[in-house]
Amino acid sequence: MLGKSQVCLHSRRLNWRPHQNCPGTTSEQAGKSSSCAGCPNQKICASGATKAPDPAIAEIGEKLSTVKHKILVLSGKGGVGKSTFSAHLAHTLASDSTKEVALLDVDICGPSIPRIMGLEGEQVHQSGSGWSPVYVDDNLAVMSIGFLLSSPDDAVIWRGPKKNGMIKQFLRDVDWGDLDYLIVDTPPGTSDEHLSIVQYLSSTHVDGAVIITTPQEVSLQDVRKEIRFCQKVKLPIIGVVENMSGFVCPSCKNTSQIFPPTSGGAERMCADLDLPLLGKVPLDPRIARSCDEGKSFINEVPDSPAAKVYQSIVQSIQDYCSNRVTEEQSTS
Amino acid sequence: MEANNDGSMSQVRHVVLVLSGKGGVGKSTITTELALALRHAGKKIGILDVDLCGPSIPRMLSIGRPDVHQCDSGWVPVYTDAAKTLALMSIGFLLEDPDEAVVWRGPKKTAMIGQFVSDVAWGELDVLLVDTPPGTSDEHLAVLENLKKHSRVDGAILVTTPQAVSTGDVRREITFCKKTGIRILGIVENMSGFVCPHCSECSNIFSKGGGEELAKLTGSIFLGAVPLDPLLSTSIEEGKDFIQSFPDSATFSAISSISQTLLESLQTA
Repeated sequence: MLGKSQVCLHSRRLNWRPHQNCPGTTSEQAGKSSSCAGCPNQKICASGATKAPDPAIAEIGEKLSTVKHKILVLSGKGGVGKSTFSAHLAHTLASDSTKEVALLDVDICGPSIPRIMGLEGEQVHQSGSGWSPVYVDDNLAVMSIGFLLSSPDDAVIWRGPKKNGMIKQFLRDVDWGDLDYLIVDTPPGTSDEHLSIVQYLSSTHVDGAVIITTPQEVSLQDVRKEIRFCQKVKLPIIGVVENMSGFVCPSCKNTSQIFPPTSGGAERMCADLDLPLLGKVPLDPRIARSCDEGKSFINEVPDSPAAKVYQSIVQSIQDYCSNRVTEEQSTS
Repeated sequence: MEANNDGSMSQVRHVVLVLSGKGGVGKSTITTELALALRHAGKKIGILDVDLCGPSIPRMLSIGRPDVHQCDSGWVPVYTDAAKTLALMSIGFLLEDPDEAVVWRGPKKTAMIGQFVSDVAWGELDVLLVDTPPGTSDEHLAVLENLKKHSRVDGAILVTTPQAVSTGDVRREITFCKKTGIRILGIVENMSGFVCPHCSECSNIFSKGGGEELAKLTGSIFLGAVPLDPLLSTSIEEGKDFIQSFPDSATFSAISSISQTLLESLQTA
């Protein structure tokens, strides 16, 4: 297709593509190979800035050796309910008072977790053993950049490297203590935050990722990219949760597909990619309300269809984590 | 490649960013619908999609993955029609495999966006809408810095849903606009209530009133509220022109009114 052709007598196909034959940002050939020509990152790679390993990785491995299970909550698509899910996963796991649970929010620009957990306005304290997370209950701790901001209008206008530094501090400097579960809520995308969390956790064992989506193809097309990202960085996928899966009108009880699964929804995607579908959570206005009020929807309305699905999903995740431990024990 | 830097944006009359701070509120949907509404009003529109990790616009306009061509004045944007009334540039066009993730850190994203702004030969446009990912980070800084080099930025539309969890992030985006000198053209509240097609009962699935409250709190103009409409979601999914398909719907009126107000504020600025 030609654009406005005042001078476009000779147009040629743009041949550069984001991934073709990329030698890898940490390889010897980074920035120097012939396929690097035209890549926006060429100069940075050629300068050697991308190669050196970070000593913090080993420190974090040491620090988190007392965390039994680590679960990442990812999507690729924004607004599908990652933070909502992370919060409710944390609340449900912590409902067993014998378990120590923590929720780490690495969405640096849009930290929703403090509000959803009812912790707005809380501040982080520092002690000799590091930063103290904020406790919702005795066995449920939370950390978010939201606690480091002094006003709800404060914007965190940071480029990648600064966001990475913050994530490193969250993992290395927070005094998490002994934990049964560390849940990490992430922003949408496949960028600095995601690469950093995977890199910084690379000398620990991460149980896996829970992928959140909504039924429409507009979401699934981003979620497939996130799944590829997980495969690329060898992060196991525990399963997929389909949120906003239908709405039952409280008045007439008819169901509407507000976010229509035009390409078969998460069910079809999971079948195509051979991934477990952990559950389909229906839309319920009380979920948004609970989040806004900082309450646990599962505690507020435990008998609702959505709460029941959440509970069953959490059970599947717990089973997955215990099975992993059993497998490890039997192979060692 | 060498491009005439002054040429790429010199015939673009107005540049409007579509921002949020919060993900999934409908930035790409609102960008697409505003573009279609403005086109119906006889304007020549361009969309620059700088969401590199999750480029949604090509699908919403049913464009697929055509080749991108280069000519002497730069990269040629992809047109939705032979009359060239709606032009688009997105990283979606540069991906061989649509499921391939663009796993880039900030500096690479910044460089790509720099190219999108300086190397695309937009030609003559009434309005260039810039769709952004959620957040206040590399993409936002990159697009702003590069746009300011080539053109002025008329302002930004901020999209939110009614809930506090959403307006909480949008407040931070408003701070971003103030700090970077972007004029706030107004706030759009999306997913503003759902009218059951069976019984007409309205359910506030994502709470109520947050958009207007936010506008009041921050001294911004409230441009309007767009309801949750499965017909709109389906049009977007299928890449159909909602404006043409459902001209009698409440959703169409809301979008139309927002686009009119937007045009008026661009023309009087």
